[in-house]
Amino acid sequence: MRASLAGDAHAYRTLLNRLSANLRAYYKSRLARIGRSATEAEDLTQEALMAIHTRRHTYDPAEALTPWVYAIARYKLIDHLRRTRASMTDLPIEDAEEILAQDDFVGTESANDLTKLLSELPDKMRRAIQAVKLDGLSVVEAASQCGMSESAVKVNVHRGLKALTASIGREKRI
Amino acid sequence: MKTEDLISMLSTNVEPVDHRRVVRNLCLALMAGAAAAVGTVYVVFGPRTDLTTMGSLVPPLLKVAFTLIILVPGSIYLTRLARPGGERKSSVALVALPFLGVMLLVAVSLGFAPTSHWKGRFLGDEWLECLISIPLIAIVPFSVIIWTVRQMAPTNLARTGAFAGLVAGCLSATGYALHCADDTVPFFALWYGGTIALCTYAGWRLGPKLLRW
Repeated sequence: MRASLAGDAHAYRTLLNRLSANLRAYYKSRLARIGRSATEAEDLTQEALMAIHTRRHTYDPAEALTPWVYAIARYKLIDHLRRTRASMTDLPIEDAEEILAQDDFVGTESANDLTKLLSELPDKMRRAIQAVKLDGLSVVEAASQCGMSESAVKVNVHRGLKALTASIGREKRI
Repeated sequence: MKTEDLISMLSTNVEPVDHRRVVRNLCLALMAGAAAAVGTVYVVFGPRTDLTTMGSLVPPLLKVAFTLIILVPGSIYLTRLARPGGERKSSVALVALPFLGVMLLVAVSLGFAPTSHWKGRFLGDEWLECLISIPLIAIVPFSVIIWTVRQMAPTNLARTGAFAGLVAGCLSATGYALHCADDTVPFFALWYGGTIALCTYAGWRLGPKLLRW
């Protein structure tokens, strides 16, 4: 995590991969107990990863990483349960088996559609994220491609990720 | 969307971040809040005019000391609560101690005064002004603190909100102490302590709504 905070992309990827496995296991076990699907666990895993990413400055390197991650994971779980309680208890009983019978293999896709979520972002943020985060261009290249200054690219990526995090949460509320 | 895709998106061109930002931004928010509180009191009420001798400086300093004793641990806990899992590292008891200490002072000071003077000591001349002003002045510091904490990641929203209210109430009371001419211990214990508690309660109720992320 320390290397990741300093901006080491490789270390960060390794860390997120490891955390995602932990988070997935955590959410699956918690949600399975109350009969929720693996897709929901995957949604939550992604939401927690987004939260870890956009709030990574709140991690204090002097402290252990695990309690910090689990505090976020737990917060997102409680928030999610509170949000979905009403809609989920409305499900007719006949559907219950179908929900319980859902396959939960590792490659479960979440219900979040990145392309769709991206298309809802303001134009500048979408282009900045597309260039820097998806096409893997450097900030300098992205700046010349999008016709923005370097700092504008950085700001738009940052704001765009925050907006994405918010819209992932919103989508489920509907 | 697959989680691997999300991870590769997040880890591509990752920006370095500064973990000291939490403490630094909160300090800035506190200073801005203090400036707002003192500024409001100075502009609306004007400073006290009766502080001419060294001896007359002691009671107002005592009042400021009282608010600071609550303010300092309150702010330290707020910086902990602003981080995920911080609620495990904060105890409410330590912040309640100054309150108890002052209540003890009140009991002592009342013990020396005859019963017939008690009412005057508690109500003073401007208890209503104090009761209304402190929460009103606290609104600006409270908003600044909440806005700052929203950039962080508190995981116990009610408690974080309560501490934001406590700190804002203390800042406001400190500013108001520069104006208020009622220096008796029972007066400021009851009305300052009471209004700070009121701000804390308001923060506790508002926290879950204002701080969600």
